Amino acid sequence: MTTAPAAAGRRFRTPSVIPGFGLTLGFSLAYLALIILIPLSGLAWRSASLGWAELWSIATGERTMAALKISFGASLIAAAVNVVFGTIVAWVLVRYEFPGRRVVDAMVDLPFALPTAVAGIALTSLYAPNGWIGSLLDPLGIKVAYTPLGIVIALIFIGLPFVVRTVQPVMEEIDTEVEEAAATLGANRFQTITRVLAPGLAPAVVTGFALAFARAVGEYGSVIFIAGNLPYVSEIAPLLIVIRLEEYDYAGATAVAAIMLIIAFVMLLVINLLQSWSRRRYG
Amino acid sequence: MADFRGYYDNPQASGAASPITEGRAARLALMLTAFAFLGIFLLLPLIVVFSEAFSKGTETYFSALTDSDTLSAIRLTLLVAAISVPLNMAFGVAAAWAIAKFEFKGKAFLITLIDLPFSVSPVISGLVYVLLFGAGSLLGPWLKAHGIEILFAVPGIVLATIFVTFPFVARELIPLMQEQGTGDEEAALSLGATGWQTFWYVTLPNVKWGLLYGVLLCNARAMGEFGAVSVVSGHIRGLTNTMPLHVEILYNEYNAAGAFAVASLLAGLALVTLVLKTLLEMRYGHAIAASRGH
Repeated sequence: MTTAPAAAGRRFRTPSVIPGFGLTLGFSLAYLALIILIPLSGLAWRSASLGWAELWSIATGERTMAALKISFGASLIAAAVNVVFGTIVAWVLVRYEFPGRRVVDAMVDLPFALPTAVAGIALTSLYAPNGWIGSLLDPLGIKVAYTPLGIVIALIFIGLPFVVRTVQPVMEEIDTEVEEAAATLGANRFQTITRVLAPGLAPAVVTGFALAFARAVGEYGSVIFIAGNLPYVSEIAPLLIVIRLEEYDYAGATAVAAIMLIIAFVMLLVINLLQSWSRRRYG
Repeated sequence: MADFRGYYDNPQASGAASPITEGRAARLALMLTAFAFLGIFLLLPLIVVFSEAFSKGTETYFSALTDSDTLSAIRLTLLVAAISVPLNMAFGVAAAWAIAKFEFKGKAFLITLIDLPFSVSPVISGLVYVLLFGAGSLLGPWLKAHGIEILFAVPGIVLATIFVTFPFVARELIPLMQEQGTGDEEAALSLGATGWQTFWYVTLPNVKWGLLYGVLLCNARAMGEFGAVSVVSGHIRGLTNTMPLHVEILYNEYNAAGAFAVASLLAGLALVTLVLKTLLEMRYGHAIAASRGH
């Protein structure tokens, strides 16, 4: 953000009659630096001072690897489930009229509004062997609470609104004339949906998937109650950070956090590339 | 083409399966799938909170809520929200003014930085403050020598809460103010209004519903935040326990009824937030950026 010399005809900002630029930008940058940038760079500095060898040895440690696999694996499954059901929910909300549609629509945001700890204990009591759902699954030999399956359930809850709220506005924008055109050209409904509508929705679905996935990887509150938290089995990466902190192993906590941030960053980059590709192809 | 609209839009009336909507069976199947999914994943957890909270009778419920540790957790949660929400609101307004009313280099990068806390795990949001102020840090010894407590005390909880709720107001106001442009402000200024007058009488009335919307979501998250606060709080009962942390403590002590009683207050807050949010979207949807899919 360097100011180019005005003589070159390029300025840092375009002139305007509106006052307050210096004040508001100055305050914003100072606040941003104090709250976000300085603390985050502290994390970067700490992990850099560990050195790559140390970072690598913690990253490839058995317990860290297991926790990362569980975190990213469960998030992937949960986001995939949300893509399927979230798209169906969005479709029903956009296309069908039914009594109470507004209430159902508002309900979708519940996971945004409900504190994660509340969601965690509620899901645990539902899926515990003596809970409302758990007691139905228990005779079938399916255990959800205190297993990796429980982690997936919690992450589905957390991620659902991300998919619905990303796909829904795009569905609302679809011009029905496109569907009419497809129908008059002889396409049946299935063909219209898969060949005409789906490609237009693909970028939004991918974005929703990415948002739900990114949120799930970092999720802590709703998961720790239902997970059982057994090392190597149902211990997620954010919990491992907390455990390392409680052991005063700041280096260990920092290393796990740095690895999580790096992997999440790379995955978001890949998803962004995928998205711009699908936008070019179908946009 | 318009003449055929009625026919196509209302397949039930025509009796024939329309080519631009699904058949009756498919429609029913999709609706049942959606309702079953939402019922199991959203409605049941909500119902179970209240049913567990009252499972041991109303007396247990109210005695759990009037317990002194619970009351101090409620007080702390309100205090933390009362500090962090106004600060993030001031930041949101300032950042939106700078970003929406002016053209400058690096604007897109600045918006990305503002959104950063949303892509960081709450646990990491807490961790960064432990690394900054903890015993092994540069600031730690100095803070200790001067008797300033940040970690495992209220300031740390406030900082972690500000971190996780940082983008809420800004990301609602920025697209809204960008869309409204600078015409109104330029008119006010050319008529002789000062900068502050322009802000108070022109800009603020234009964005008040969007601002309220952002503050509502910011507050819900501030009162409900668990991961980040849990890392910095130290879980001292009666002192550094917020409501979500108190829920965890009670739950881990096998006091399920107590945990769900406190949880029911937080669930009530979530429901109130959702109702207000929906009302704002219904009444003032045109004046809220988020309801238009930004």
